[in-house]
Amino acid sequence: MGTAQILFWSLTALALISAIMVLVSKNPVYSVLWLIVVFFAISGHYILLNAQFLAIVNLIVYAGAIMVLFLFVIMLMNLNTETEPQKSIWMKFFGVVAGGLLLSFFISFVISSADLKGKSAQLKEGEIGLIKTLGKALFNDYVIPFEIASILFLSAMVGAVVIGKKD
Amino acid sequence: MPIQYYIAFAATLFCIGVVGVLTRRNAIIVFMCIELMLNAVNLLLVAFSKMHHAAALAGGGKNVTTGVEGQLFVFFIMVVAAAEVSVGLAIIVMMYRNVHSVDVNFLNRLKN
Repeated sequence: MGTAQILFWSLTALALISAIMVLVSKNPVYSVLWLIVVFFAISGHYILLNAQFLAIVNLIVYAGAIMVLFLFVIMLMNLNTETEPQKSIWMKFFGVVAGGLLLSFFISFVISSADLKGKSAQLKEGEIGLIKTLGKALFNDYVIPFEIASILFLSAMVGAVVIGKKD
Repeated sequence: MPIQYYIAFAATLFCIGVVGVLTRRNAIIVFMCIELMLNAVNLLLVAFSKMHHAAALAGGGKNVTTGVEGQLFVFFIMVVAAAEVSVGLAIIVMMYRNVHSVDVNFLNRLKN
């Protein structure tokens, strides 16, 4: 097994274990911290796929901005384990069963698909994940979506202020 | 890496997010599980983009940029997710201010 394989499996295990910990943590602050670990593992996957720009953006936007927003909101609300609402055990059981059925459907599809045989994702090399290539594509073919995204941000900002304002 | 491993990994991550949405009642945790599902899809898009890039390189051609769209879609998904989180958390804060709880089951009175 080469270094890339070892990195792939360890990052996968890290991501899955922390994703499960997000669910089972009783304290919402711990959930946020585990989710940050998931995002770091996914950024590691991006680096392994040589998608450097997305790895950095994932760290800055998700692990940096969005998770800090979540933490601020949780601290504002003063939530803790005692006030945590719980679903009944049967609801939890059937939720897990439904998720497991969905997963088994996906996995059986992946195993049985003939189209996917012999296809593999390129690791460690390839130019398309670099900022140069992505920037050329972004500012040539995707300028209008990029500018619309700024309008979306403006409207989201105005919306957040309007909703959060004390009437 | 065979693409099947990436699909299986992303599907598992997505299903963990689905289970979280179904089994938790705290609105913030539900929201975080939605972020988890978005990230699983992002990872799968990047893996597919690299798969198509490798296929285009193997088919000849020097400066092919096949697959760059997949990564740009991931970028735009992140943009939309950031906007969505700001509005969604504002709604959750508003809900907490009105009913002093983040229990999603409390919101079922909207159906009447």
